[in-house]
Amino acid sequence: MTSLVIAEHDNASIKGATLNTVTAAAACGGDVHVLVAGHNASAAAAAAAQIAGVAKVIHADSETLAHGLAENVAAQVLAIAGNYSHILFPATAGGKNVAPRVAAKLDVAQISDITKVDSADTFERPIYAGNAIATVQSTDATKVITVRTTGFDAAAATGGAAAVESAAAQADSGKSSFKGSEIAKNDRPELTAAKIIVSGGRALGSSEKFNEVMTPLADKLGAAIGASRAAVDAGYAANDLQVGQTGKIVAPQLYVACGISGAIQHLAGMKDSKVIVAINKDPEAPIFSVADFGLEADLFAAVPELTNAL
Amino acid sequence: MKILVPVKRVVDYNVKVRVKSDNSGVDIANVKMSMNPFDEIAVEEAVRLKEKGLATEVIAVSCGVAQCQETLRTAMAIGADRGILVETPADLDLQPLAVAKLLKALVDKEQPGLIILGKQAIDDDCNQTGQMLAALADLPQATFASKVEIVDGKAQVTREIDGGLETLAVSLPAVVTTDLRLNEPRYVTLPNIMKAKKKQLDTFKPEDLGVDVAPRIKTLKVAEPAKRSAGIKVPDVATLVDKLKNVAKVI
Repeated sequence: MTSLVIAEHDNASIKGATLNTVTAAAACGGDVHVLVAGHNASAAAAAAAQIAGVAKVIHADSETLAHGLAENVAAQVLAIAGNYSHILFPATAGGKNVAPRVAAKLDVAQISDITKVDSADTFERPIYAGNAIATVQSTDATKVITVRTTGFDAAAATGGAAAVESAAAQADSGKSSFKGSEIAKNDRPELTAAKIIVSGGRALGSSEKFNEVMTPLADKLGAAIGASRAAVDAGYAANDLQVGQTGKIVAPQLYVACGISGAIQHLAGMKDSKVIVAINKDPEAPIFSVADFGLEADLFAAVPELTNAL
Repeated sequence: MKILVPVKRVVDYNVKVRVKSDNSGVDIANVKMSMNPFDEIAVEEAVRLKEKGLATEVIAVSCGVAQCQETLRTAMAIGADRGILVETPADLDLQPLAVAKLLKALVDKEQPGLIILGKQAIDDDCNQTGQMLAALADLPQATFASKVEIVDGKAQVTREIDGGLETLAVSLPAVVTTDLRLNEPRYVTLPNIMKAKKKQLDTFKPEDLGVDVAPRIKTLKVAEPAKRSAGIKVPDVATLVDKLKNVAKVI
């Protein structure tokens, strides 16, 4: 029994989500191999070989794998899928995109977003925006899984010494091509890996106010910035900042919710945070029901005051 | 070009579901059911493409119990031209792989140029069906779409990814799954609801399409998540900072 983890990487380095996925793979039992499919990705493959607990790294390199196109990455996974009992992807935008393609081609069900491994074929996963936890058993020979990274500790990024094996790249599907991307550049920690997140809601009222109020607090705390769906829908914050059922699932040490009412779908994305602070002027806001420390106040006064007090 | 829009009937997004006391599932008896919100966005997008003259017909499909007809009528009230119900027994646990196979059979039958569906259903939160359909039908996919344009016989799709946006061009036919920012679905008007009642709705059984819909995953237990107890209210910022520093010790 051997598990294959599909690495999340940017060709130069391994993304943190890969480390949590390695931990989930190890919990399934047996050896853990990691596939790094990319372009000029030797550095990422070398980094994967350092991850504690990884027995082998398979490195496929081709221009056709440069942008993680689902058709090409899935073909790369399928070329070696027969060797594995478990194939695990981090439940990131990239992993969610590719995993079901692999499962369908193998004619097996996929188990999405697992938060716990009970045994080699039994897993726990949240359903209904985390309002229920299902324990599910797969009857298929190969388990194709996406891993909710907040459910598993990160494996140590160093300490391993796995061999790196090259694999031939599969042919381009010819049906999909990458045209470009707009990736927000900033020096903040990545939202899903941040120890502290400050998150703003619709109450901020505009994107100018959002930046004016939230950015200094984030700077002071060295925090990542998140947003509620309402704030993103209203255009106050970029889509990739959305925390919630259909956005990012986060579990930082400290989550500071400012002007966020606490809709079910938002709570689904952050209620596993260690400490939650809510600042809201509505005493009835549902966010207070999950907050360790609630401050009933106008955020336009309280957040700057908090920033200054830190 | 025909557009196929698969839609799912789910517990309405405003309903807070309860876990059954025997831990066999969540209680959905007598609960308001609606179209999965992401699928509503998919129907809206398909109808807009037709209104722009880029599509000739929008076909809504739903797989599930007989009541999915209501979901299809809603899709037709938004503007879908006809509906197809693949009816399955009420006691069947219909899973994404089986739905993808049913949809693949309908893609073979209808030969659409585009299939648009929601990126995930808000009940099982699986986020699988679109990608699985694309794989089974050997079609390219563009998931989590926030913008769809048809340019030179290809779909140019802007996708919401971790860290920002990316744009792909996929040859047609293709599968597109919708994200929240793609559009805001229109309100359904009474005259359109009345008109939708007269639109064509065909019903098939999985056997008619030659698809085995047996579940591959067994649900052993459904439990309440660990409850997070409410903490305390603090009177002012100074107390908050003190608590964070000295009680929670997180800053």
